[in-house]
Amino acid sequence: MNFKLKDLGPQLITVIAVVLIFGFFTYNAQINMENRGIDFGYGFLSQESSFDVQFSLIEYDGSHSYFRAYLVGLLNTILVSVIGIIIATILGVVVGVARLSPNYLINKFAAYYVEFFRNIPLLLQIFFWYFAALRALPLPQDAEAIFGVFFLTIKGLYVPAFIWENFNIFFYSIVASIIAIIVIRIHAKKLQESQGKQIPVFLISIGLLFILPLFSFLIGGVSLSFEIPQLKQLAATSFVYDGGLSLPPELIALTLSLSLYTATFIAECVRAGIQGVSKGQKEAAASIGLNPNQVLKLVIMPQALRIIIPPTTNQYLNLTKNSSLAAAIAYPDLVLVFAGTALMQTGKAIEIVSITMFTYLSLSISISILMNWYNKRIAIQEK
Amino acid sequence: MSNINFLKPDKSNLKTFLYLGSFLFFISVLDVFLNSFFNVNLTGFLPNLLSFLLPLILGFIGLYFVRIEYSGIKQLDLINKHINTNNFNAILSLLIIFVIIKSVPPILSWFVIDASFAGDSKDVCSGSGACWTYIKVWMRRFMYGMYPNAEQWRINLSFIALALLGSVGYFATNRYKKYLTLYYVVIYPLIAFLFIFFFISGGPVFFDFSYGIIAAILSIIIGFFIPSKFKFYYFLIVPFALYILLKYFLFFEEYIELGKLDGLNWVETGAWGGLSLTFIISFFCLIFCFPVGMAFALGRRSSFPLIRYISIGFIEFWRGVPLITVLFMSAVMFPMFLPADFFIDKLVRCIIAISLFEAAYVAEVIRGGLQALPRGQYEAAKSLGMGYWKMHIFVILPQALKLVIPGIANTFLALVKDTPLIFVVGLLEIVGMLNLAKTNPEWLGFAMEGYVFAAIIFWIICYAMSKYSYNLEIKYKTDR
Repeated sequence: MNFKLKDLGPQLITVIAVVLIFGFFTYNAQINMENRGIDFGYGFLSQESSFDVQFSLIEYDGSHSYFRAYLVGLLNTILVSVIGIIIATILGVVVGVARLSPNYLINKFAAYYVEFFRNIPLLLQIFFWYFAALRALPLPQDAEAIFGVFFLTIKGLYVPAFIWENFNIFFYSIVASIIAIIVIRIHAKKLQESQGKQIPVFLISIGLLFILPLFSFLIGGVSLSFEIPQLKQLAATSFVYDGGLSLPPELIALTLSLSLYTATFIAECVRAGIQGVSKGQKEAAASIGLNPNQVLKLVIMPQALRIIIPPTTNQYLNLTKNSSLAAAIAYPDLVLVFAGTALMQTGKAIEIVSITMFTYLSLSISISILMNWYNKRIAIQEK
Repeated sequence: MSNINFLKPDKSNLKTFLYLGSFLFFISVLDVFLNSFFNVNLTGFLPNLLSFLLPLILGFIGLYFVRIEYSGIKQLDLINKHINTNNFNAILSLLIIFVIIKSVPPILSWFVIDASFAGDSKDVCSGSGACWTYIKVWMRRFMYGMYPNAEQWRINLSFIALALLGSVGYFATNRYKKYLTLYYVVIYPLIAFLFIFFFISGGPVFFDFSYGIIAAILSIIIGFFIPSKFKFYYFLIVPFALYILLKYFLFFEEYIELGKLDGLNWVETGAWGGLSLTFIISFFCLIFCFPVGMAFALGRRSSFPLIRYISIGFIEFWRGVPLITVLFMSAVMFPMFLPADFFIDKLVRCIIAISLFEAAYVAEVIRGGLQALPRGQYEAAKSLGMGYWKMHIFVILPQALKLVIPGIANTFLALVKDTPLIFVVGLLEIVGMLNLAKTNPEWLGFAMEGYVFAAIIFWIICYAMSKYSYNLEIKYKTDR
């Protein structure tokens, strides 16, 4: 073993310093808590929370526990992040590709979009959408229907709700079609490798995805009806929409600003990725007789994705963390529900802040593990 | 003249196609233009949907007609190459042109034509446009927060002085250039702190400003006679030693009155706010996060496993949590970790929290630069007999930092954009002040103006910073 006394010194000093700092903090925390009569512990999680949350994905009211409130906040955070990530990815890819367009107008338009939205603080954008832009929407009674079923009002977006019968059969049919698609893909790959034949996998997949669920409607007894929001009068001047799903304005403002902001960064990643594939690759692919679609799908994209994915993962993480700004406009996410209301009620600062931080830490780490796994799968297999 | 095939515009009938195409295109643009600027609908007699889509269809046919390759007309070829390569691009170009024409009048009328600038009460804002009067009336609050009006010259004075002192680097001649790093890393932040502590805060004199100045000037004068070998250590130690000597040993209590700045009222940090607070916080966080980040970047690449793991833990922890929870921690949790009689100001806690948070990001950026350097640089430095610190200070870091200028600039930009988050601890910089002003019962309903105003300010700051970093990148670019 290569052991050196010289190497031990700096390490020992650092460790002692860290231990001393932490010891100092815990010692003070203990004394402070004793003085204030607070006891440390996570028992409060099972107590009754006795506060309400505006918007929740699971059933929740004041009689549920603090842990349930925590779950409500966490689910709301995940909801915003997932919607935001999906929209930001689509928008980011479109803008990133547009920035490489030979069309001067599109190119400049995309460039101005990126320069504009990335240089304004996210919090300001959230405030702008929530307090200024969405407040200019009509009241429920004045709202005009979009396509006859959507209602965009100052109190939120109302969309029709799906009412399923025999939903499980429909679900199984989708699972069955996905399995069938995977089988066909494997088969097609084998066929191509052994005999060089190509079958239109994409068309078959789309067909399967439609036909099997269709059968479930025709034979399986699945039926789907919509519940369209109806205007209901509460008082002389107070109207709401009843029925259907309602998305609160906080959620709309938050997803809108998060995805518009993050899309600018994703667009830059996409642009860098596509530019990073050398021109020779494209020319070489064209010269062996691939058509433009194949060039993009088989040669450019696999290489560009390798460059795009790591920084894009970072942007997904950023979006998830930035969703905590929800607290500023009272969208009941983890920070507002748990680190805000629950903290005020219980006064358990250390426990609650540590749980919140730990949750975000594990969210970040799980996203980065997932993306690392994907990144490894598509990375160059070097020999 | 040969036969005209309208489905295939070609060069032989160039003139016909050119006139026809540009006429159709002109008509379509004119229709949209009249519609949006003068509210005239030329095609009102048509069914609704057709009337709506007609400009698009006409423009599309027009662009289709002029799409003739190698026409020999320079402008036409340019247009075809840039906005009219194929059908899809033509439609997109048309849409963009129409969107621009459509959106100019409402934006222009909101910003300028219908907007009200004059007056100083809400009554003048009756039009449909923006109410810039609101911004004008609240300007002081947006710039200085709750800082007393009569004392605001102190902020202005300090900022002007600091800006002048900060621009010293531009005027330094070659002879003094070698001191610039020392100046910007140690002396300038110190002066800035003193300015902010004495002028803006009007603090009690435990850290006497005049002694600091005297110590600095004396040590610089003596510094010229010190051999260059010891200069670094000299400037590291002597100014502080001199300061302590001056304060505690040479001048006695009765002399303190001479160095005291009289007549300045104490303004607590809770009253600071507005754009000036944004600047103060960004400035100190920038200064603190950089060395901390550098230390952790080096720590993460250290050969000592314990130091490495501690650095990794630190970096990954701060990078994994949102800033808002960090600020929550600094506000509610951190006081629990300190002795009961030990009080740290809210603003200072905030600055520490943001600095540590951004330091983790800076560390990762610098690590990228360290990793990008070829091994040969390390080996060459070692073969010259340099130790760890010498190698990093003189060989590795200058090159690595040069490589990561864009990354560091991005982190700094993120920092500036993160400053509004301090509303969590109750400090109100410009965005916070906007939210406060918006709820004032006398000035309800002007949220839009406020946010647009702040957005313009932040945009200018961030854009200037990114352009500056781009210039730096060009300036320090060395070809390998």
